[in-house]
Amino acid sequence: MRRHPGLYLTIVIIVAVAAALFVYPKNWGAKALPWRLGLDLVGGTHLVYQIDLSQVAVADRDSVVQGLRDVIEKRVNLFGVSEPQVYIAQTGDSAQLDVDLAGVKNVTDAINQIGETPLLDFAEVQQNGSSTQYVPTNLTGQYITGAQLTFNQTTNAPQVQISFNTDGTKIFGEITAANVGKPLAIFLDNNLIEAPTVDEAITGGTALITGNFTVDSAKTLVERFNAGALPAPISLVNQQTVSATLGNDSLRNMILAAVLGTLLVILFMLFYYRLFGFFAACALIIYIAFTLAIFKLIGITMSLSGIAGFVLTIGMAVDANILTFERIKEEQKRGLPRTSAVEEGFRRAWPSIRDSNTSTIITAVILYYFTSSFVQGFALTLLIGVVVSLFSAITTTRLFLRVYENSGRGKQNKTVAPQHA
Amino acid sequence: MLNIVGKRKIWFTVSGILVGAAFVAMIIFGFKLSAEFKGGTLWEFSLPGTSASLGDVQQFFASNLHIENSDISINNGSESFLARFDAIPEATHQSDIVTLTAQWPSFSEASFQSIGPSVGAALEKNVVIAILLVLVGISLYIAFAFRKASRPVSSWKYGWITLLTLIHDVSIPAGMLVLLGRFRGVEIDTNAIVALLVVMGFSVHDTIVVFDRVRENLSLRRGKEKFASIVNDSVNQTIARSINTSLTLILVLLALYFVGPADLKYFILTLLVGVITGIYSSIFIASPLLVSVSPKE
Repeated sequence: MRRHPGLYLTIVIIVAVAAALFVYPKNWGAKALPWRLGLDLVGGTHLVYQIDLSQVAVADRDSVVQGLRDVIEKRVNLFGVSEPQVYIAQTGDSAQLDVDLAGVKNVTDAINQIGETPLLDFAEVQQNGSSTQYVPTNLTGQYITGAQLTFNQTTNAPQVQISFNTDGTKIFGEITAANVGKPLAIFLDNNLIEAPTVDEAITGGTALITGNFTVDSAKTLVERFNAGALPAPISLVNQQTVSATLGNDSLRNMILAAVLGTLLVILFMLFYYRLFGFFAACALIIYIAFTLAIFKLIGITMSLSGIAGFVLTIGMAVDANILTFERIKEEQKRGLPRTSAVEEGFRRAWPSIRDSNTSTIITAVILYYFTSSFVQGFALTLLIGVVVSLFSAITTTRLFLRVYENSGRGKQNKTVAPQHA
Repeated sequence: MLNIVGKRKIWFTVSGILVGAAFVAMIIFGFKLSAEFKGGTLWEFSLPGTSASLGDVQQFFASNLHIENSDISINNGSESFLARFDAIPEATHQSDIVTLTAQWPSFSEASFQSIGPSVGAALEKNVVIAILLVLVGISLYIAFAFRKASRPVSSWKYGWITLLTLIHDVSIPAGMLVLLGRFRGVEIDTNAIVALLVVMGFSVHDTIVVFDRVRENLSLRRGKEKFASIVNDSVNQTIARSINTSLTLILVLLALYFVGPADLKYFILTLLVGVITGIYSSIFIASPLLVSVSPKE
């Protein structure tokens, strides 16, 4: 980079322009990949369910939680809202399900449908010519104690093993005895998930479902069984609804504040550091384009606090420039020629830039691990912002300065300064 | 050159009074925790064109919705109300909307949040752990980063001083939040906690810049000059950049405070006070403390 600063600077600027087009919420950028905005900006409902795992063996917990999530995601998808999100928030030994519904109209309906414990039941299959009829049995999820993924000893094919409790063993024995050679349908939330054929009457309390399973499909089935079977009730512990109007207002004010803040910082840098300030301002704009592009590429959901975290980094991104410029001034006062002063300034300012940014990185990482979804957005944007700002303040600004030094104007100044180290 | 280190007793007294007052306020008034911590409902709605007064709404909540102990405030000029009360199930929420709409047809819900008490307890625990980890994490990092500056003050002492400065920088905005809670009804929510944590991360920036200069000057001038004068020189050499780096952040915070979303107003205010405290402490507290803990020359 020392050899061809102009070339590298051109690359950085081209990438920055592409990034800026990409993040602009209209035209090409919006078509390529739309921004993901949080509920607090577009309006919607955020629901938090506590999963009661007290009755679940520790080893089965992950599978139960995963199964519950899948069941609830299927229910949520029925509401027809755009991009519903269901995610697991594991905090210590309790687990939560977070459900985000953007723009859902009838919150009560949604809550009622989500809140039901998943329903697993078995039905006999009767073929009447071409039509298939399902006759419900009294065997339901509450008689199942659990399901496991196992492998066939000889063929190594994945299979699903389900276990019944004492009552379940009896009922299952009766049903299988009456249906040898026929399929037995398994429903989850009234959706047919599997209809294995009964080979023989099963009275031992465990059943093996074999078939053309892949490991993944067998695992999914196990999760579904566990979700419908295991006593892990969910309860709504937190709900938050934001109207679309309030969300839009927040977003508009936030963007306005971000633009105003950026302009103030740029004006300050121009006023105080003149030409150097101009380079810092260019680097700042490149920083903003880069960082937003990274947010969009990673697919971070931008919430109000997430944008706030990013806006704060705009105020911090020039800090490294300020430290460097002050250092360059000092080096020039000591009599270094301008070009060496610039290089020396960057080198000597680095330890303090590194150490001070590390403290913010420490804070952001701790915030990320100890908080829930809303704050995590803030912590993540802050963290990414600080890391990218290190690059922009050091590399981009230095490229600008090197190109300037190599140009005619920079050289002119250099000959005026005394030539000694 | 400003004689900052020499007059350190003045700064220590000022800070002692401020931090002391903050702790006294915390003990006497306590933290006014939001629904996120103790569980409860936060309901923001507007009644445009109805000219309903705060009294009308309070009366209606108590007699028609049977919500006792509700705390309702009005946002002047915009006919929007903020009600806080115990957590209610969704069914009650929906029937309350019907009742309110029957009384005021223009009723419009801006946001609704209801949190069970169990969430709050877990959150409170996590907040305490996070604050302690940030305090210890940053202090340990400073002790590590300044390991080469170990004479005449050991690098552990840089860590301890950072810890003291952090407590100083966080207790002043925290004290402000307590006072705002007592006199303006402002609640401590997760945003406020995040602001306090971020203040810790930011406020050491300037402290590190000064310490870094002390570290550098020590390597050049150790033994030739008194430690106190090396520190005082370092503070003076870096004072402009300490102020400038924080000033850019303050400019952004001011834009957010005056133009940004109303929801974040106290979050931003906490950061502003914290960052300003941070500038002050890095110049007037952290570096003079280095001299105070150094052996007598």
